[in-house]
Amino acid sequence: MTGKLTAGLAIAVPIVLFGLLGPLLVQDPSRVDDIGLSAPGAGHLLGTTQTGQDVFAQLAYSTRGSLIVGAVVGVLTLLLSGFFGIVGAYAGGWLDETFSLVINVMLVIPGLPVVIVISAYMPDRSLLLVSVVLAITSWAGSARVLRGSTLSLRSRDYVLASRVAGEKRWRILLVEILPNLVPLLASQVVFAVIFAILGEAGLSYLGLGASGTFTWGTMLYYAQNGLALRLGAWWWFVPPGLLLALFGAALALINFSIDEIINPRLRSQTRAARRGWRMSREQLRKAKEATL
Amino acid sequence: MTRLEVRGLVKEYRLRDGFRSTRLRAVDDVGFSLDHGRTVALVGQSGSGKSTIARLLLQLERPTAGEILLDGRPVARRGAGLTRYRRLVQMVFQDPFASLNPHHDVAHHLARPLRLHHPDLSRADIDARIRHLLERVQLDPGLAGRRPHELSGGQRQRVAIARALAPSPGILIADEPVSMLDVSIRLGVLNLLADLQREEDLGVLYITHDLATARHFSDDILVMYRGRIVEHGPADEVILNPKHEYTRLLADATPNPERRFGEESRTPG
Repeated sequence: MTGKLTAGLAIAVPIVLFGLLGPLLVQDPSRVDDIGLSAPGAGHLLGTTQTGQDVFAQLAYSTRGSLIVGAVVGVLTLLLSGFFGIVGAYAGGWLDETFSLVINVMLVIPGLPVVIVISAYMPDRSLLLVSVVLAITSWAGSARVLRGSTLSLRSRDYVLASRVAGEKRWRILLVEILPNLVPLLASQVVFAVIFAILGEAGLSYLGLGASGTFTWGTMLYYAQNGLALRLGAWWWFVPPGLLLALFGAALALINFSIDEIINPRLRSQTRAARRGWRMSREQLRKAKEATL
Repeated sequence: MTRLEVRGLVKEYRLRDGFRSTRLRAVDDVGFSLDHGRTVALVGQSGSGKSTIARLLLQLERPTAGEILLDGRPVARRGAGLTRYRRLVQMVFQDPFASLNPHHDVAHHLARPLRLHHPDLSRADIDARIRHLLERVQLDPGLAGRRPHELSGGQRQRVAIARALAPSPGILIADEPVSMLDVSIRLGVLNLLADLQREEDLGVLYITHDLATARHFSDDILVMYRGRIVEHGPADEVILNPKHEYTRLLADATPNPERRFGEESRTPG
């Protein structure tokens, strides 16, 4: 357990638990009350919105919504990039050429404008639809990375050795190649989740997100519409913004620690690791020059 | 009683350089045979086509022309025939650090060929066979649960040899099996291969660029140069009376203690 992984998990796990369990414990987030905009107090832990809706309840439902988007996009990206990247590269020949073409076409399609066009075209958008749109515009990059790694793995001696032993092709792919891609897949999925949650928040903030559901983005959208900033209602926009930033940072930290597992050379690139070497200042300077 | 024969084997690769494409003939009209109980050394410099022959014999690539015969019949390229071929012809790779999957333990590497070629074995039978195989290559059976990165180069190459022996083959192709190992342990691995060859009555194709070990460990030597076999015959004959110019060059390049110390004793100190 590195420091980065510990810090990342310490932030991400409570947020995930809050998203899973929070909605079961709070009141209806849409219930309107005639107390209007009120600061955090006894009845309402994080105050209320302009129409007297409980901010804490909205935050719990929003966390769940954003996590659903992240999870759906993560799984879809994993499946799509794995299928087009790994299977194509392993099979080779015309299948590889075709899959490669599909990946390259998807790669040059500009993601956000397409998402905006599709979202604008659909008047009634569910959370699932937004997730699917985000997934199909974002999987190509990681498919490209996976394709490269698979191409290098498929010509390794141990893969040839299992062919000589008489293994079936699908078994070589699943048992000999895939386990060596797991760290890479994990980091790609974590990155896809960050991208999806931030992308969904951006869409919702523009008013193009899912209709009728709560996410961190929709909360910010309504806070902005309700003039929260001008009215000084910090309890309305700070909590969703803070959770969004914290969760993104936590996933990035987890991603860094996975990167260090894939590429052990990165471990000695941090200042903390260098301090552990107990070298003189002069030696450290030289080491830094050598690795830059 | 296995006999592997090669006739008129040709392998061409297309090299693309921009719009032009040229053909590289890696293996050019090669013919020889491997018999049970005999070791044949294939000697040549890097890029002479030795490893391409190994890949062709293992059906990792298709020859451009020529045929490979197993016990007098053309080899099968698919189906049950290929499975039988895979059982009879096995390989030890050059680099023991690359030929074992870092993700799996030693037992997995030995159990897979056993399961594939002897599907009726029970789990206990397979465990017993894995222990037996490790003992055959002079390794502690307790290593079965270890991962490759916990083993030394020599231990890994012994595991690779055990894996090749697992399906009980008749022909073993060893592609420079000791070139990546420490000089001090090369002899041990070569002696092990020689012992196993005698005990199992294997036909061994020993691919190397080292004439000294080729002479010591093999019955026949094939000398390869630019994809062609330029000389072949009994080991001592090829080394002591080289016919082809290239063989003479190779033989002269081998350090020879007798010649060196002979010269020194003649020059008075």
